[in-house]
Amino acid sequence: MTPSSYLWFIPLLPFVGFLINGTLGRKFPRPAVTAVALLFTALPAAIVAYLWTIFKAAGAPDAISAVSQPWIAISGFQVNFAFTVDHLTLIMLSIITGVGFLIHLYSAGYMAHEEGFWRFFAYLNLFMFFMLVLVLSSSFLLLFVGWEGVGLASYLLIGFYFTKDSAANAGKKAFVVNRIGDFGFLLAMFLLIAHFGTLNFSDIFTSITAHPEWHGTFLTAIALLLVVGAAGKSAQIPLYVWLPDAMEGPTPVSALIHAATMVTAGIYMVARCHTLFDRSPFALGVVAIIGAATALMAALIGTVQQDIKRVLAYSTVSQLGYMFLACGVGAYAAGIFHVLTHAFFKALLFLAAGSVIHALSGEQDMRLMGGLRKRIPVTFYTMSAGVIAIAGIPPFAGFFSKDEILYQAFISPNPLGKLLWAVGLLTAGITSFYMFRLWFKTFFGPQHFEEHGAVLHENAAPIHAGAHASKHSTLVLEEEHGSAHDSHGHGVHESSWIMLFPLVVLAILSVIGGWIGVPAALGGHNEIEHFLEPVFGSPDAAVEATTAVASHGLELGLAAVSVLTAALGFFVALYFYILKPGTSIALADKFAPVHKLLENKFYVDEIYNAVLINPILMISRVALAGFDFIIVGGLPSGSAAGIRGLGGLTRRMQSGNIRSYAGWLALGAAAVVVIMIYQAF
Amino acid sequence: MVPIAYYLVLAAILFSVGAAAFLIKRNVITIFMSIELMLNAVNLTFVAFAHMWHQVSGQIFVFFVMVVAAAEAAVGLAIIIAIFRTRQTLNVDQINLMKS
Repeated sequence: MTPSSYLWFIPLLPFVGFLINGTLGRKFPRPAVTAVALLFTALPAAIVAYLWTIFKAAGAPDAISAVSQPWIAISGFQVNFAFTVDHLTLIMLSIITGVGFLIHLYSAGYMAHEEGFWRFFAYLNLFMFFMLVLVLSSSFLLLFVGWEGVGLASYLLIGFYFTKDSAANAGKKAFVVNRIGDFGFLLAMFLLIAHFGTLNFSDIFTSITAHPEWHGTFLTAIALLLVVGAAGKSAQIPLYVWLPDAMEGPTPVSALIHAATMVTAGIYMVARCHTLFDRSPFALGVVAIIGAATALMAALIGTVQQDIKRVLAYSTVSQLGYMFLACGVGAYAAGIFHVLTHAFFKALLFLAAGSVIHALSGEQDMRLMGGLRKRIPVTFYTMSAGVIAIAGIPPFAGFFSKDEILYQAFISPNPLGKLLWAVGLLTAGITSFYMFRLWFKTFFGPQHFEEHGAVLHENAAPIHAGAHASKHSTLVLEEEHGSAHDSHGHGVHESSWIMLFPLVVLAILSVIGGWIGVPAALGGHNEIEHFLEPVFGSPDAAVEATTAVASHGLELGLAAVSVLTAALGFFVALYFYILKPGTSIALADKFAPVHKLLENKFYVDEIYNAVLINPILMISRVALAGFDFIIVGGLPSGSAAGIRGLGGLTRRMQSGNIRSYAGWLALGAAAVVVIMIYQAF
Repeated sequence: MVPIAYYLVLAAILFSVGAAAFLIKRNVITIFMSIELMLNAVNLTFVAFAHMWHQVSGQIFVFFVMVVAAAEAAVGLAIIIAIFRTRQTLNVDQINLMKS
């Protein structure tokens, strides 16, 4: 087989896993479900590894393509099922299959006690299928198929605990908000068809390159509509509101879909269309401003959240803002680099948070944690790696990618470049603060858990006591607690190895993952940027040579500033939560309005409710009462009533009485005779 | 020779008696007989006209009607027996299972 025919198997294998688990999984024992799900995730990862060997070999092609028979063929417009792997796709594939496999592994432990085990893994595999289609696609239309498909999988998994109202609503919210973004994407595709007559990436980008005189105008319109789509999927202002609510889903889902892969689809799409965006400085500016604003706003909200998963959710929104900012200043490679490192450390943070929640039998409120450092050491050490990485402290992964973005923003020709850099730097400081706040509150200080969790502690005590006295009582207690992992009643406990192994791997990646992008100023080669050059193009060699020496100093200086900012965030958190534990509460009281504003997330949900949702609901109600009930409902029910009345009249003829039939017969015969006599004369 | 009008009047009287009995009587067998009466009244007019016009087609019609009447009698009487077995009555006013 040629390498290109392998491409088909990358997405189709998880789909086979979905079909097997989705149709037969209900009857399988749990190990069989796990085995199917893991096997059909590991195989694509192996194919991706094989593709790496091709791309790393000498004389590697710029891209490998696989094209099917036409999918849609009408006059003047044709779309094939076509997959292309280039350097950008290869990195995305590695993230999806690699991190995806680790999270599947973790889920096998995390979900072990849950109802609907098979359903969970079927959905996860379905997600993998659509996500792989999304990044492999070589046309906007097939990308859109994957785009919608991951939305569906995300909806199903957010609402996994569908009996819980809040989870079902969160799923609905994610779906509806994404629909708004998809609307923009669709319009962009219509414009592309109108102007280019095709949806293939290569055809469109070739024709843009062939017309250097094209600037702005319709390209700006297309780019802005694509940004609407990307803002929906990647949770940017104004469509970010669904992501924090999406934390209702199981924690591995938050890690895989709402941190590492799906939400980066918007950034991937912007990077993929960089040829288009480069021609529209206005659209790029919009992307950069949206990114910077989202990064800052989400980070501010993150500082006051008490739910451990919500802090991580807002930090995800904030980090996605960084990636948008990178794309907006034209540093696509830096954006993709941050996608990569973020996938490592944010998946790690979510999985570690899941491990903490698991250890505390379902507790997510950080006020009820504390002092867990000694109780769950592996989780503590791995999560520390994630926290340091996201805070941007060298040599952990997050430092290199975040710093590259800030540097690129600083030197960008965008007139707002310096401002964007300043916002990014401020956000970096806040990020460092709230991540260390989470770290301190969870792992250090007094154990709030024991006292607040008195009920659970009481439950746990007889189990420990009864362990050697009577196995039977343990079983009874276990049964009383039900199968949900929310209440094992084991007390604080470290997770099983199947959950810790992915944590360790991701922790290692969070430490060393950034080393592939060490900038020249720090003595590295920035391998990832060079790796992506076939996709994004290389900077002008002459310009690079002249500015290289001058900019090295600048880059070092900026790096030092951002490290200092991160350190400042750390020390503020240290002071607030360890040295003077009351400070944060006193500060919150002193600036009560600000604190309230942040705690209520700038009232964005409330504003959306008042400005958009309630008016729409009102219009719907009026339409329902006025138009739907009276006209749409009235027509059929009115005609039905008329027919029924007519039937009531004629029904009397069919009385079921033989003599009345005889009478009708005689009457009819008489009528015929009368007519005949009448006609005769 | 008897004028045609006499036959027609007789046929009309027979038919009217049949029709009246058909409408009034409650016993299924009587109704059945009244139908036969009406058929034979019509047969009488056929034969009378055939004789008057010296045409054989009217008589052929009569044979048809007789054949159909015989078949009808066979089927109809079988139905009447079946009804009597299940319902223990021949009163048509009580044979109203189809009425809602």
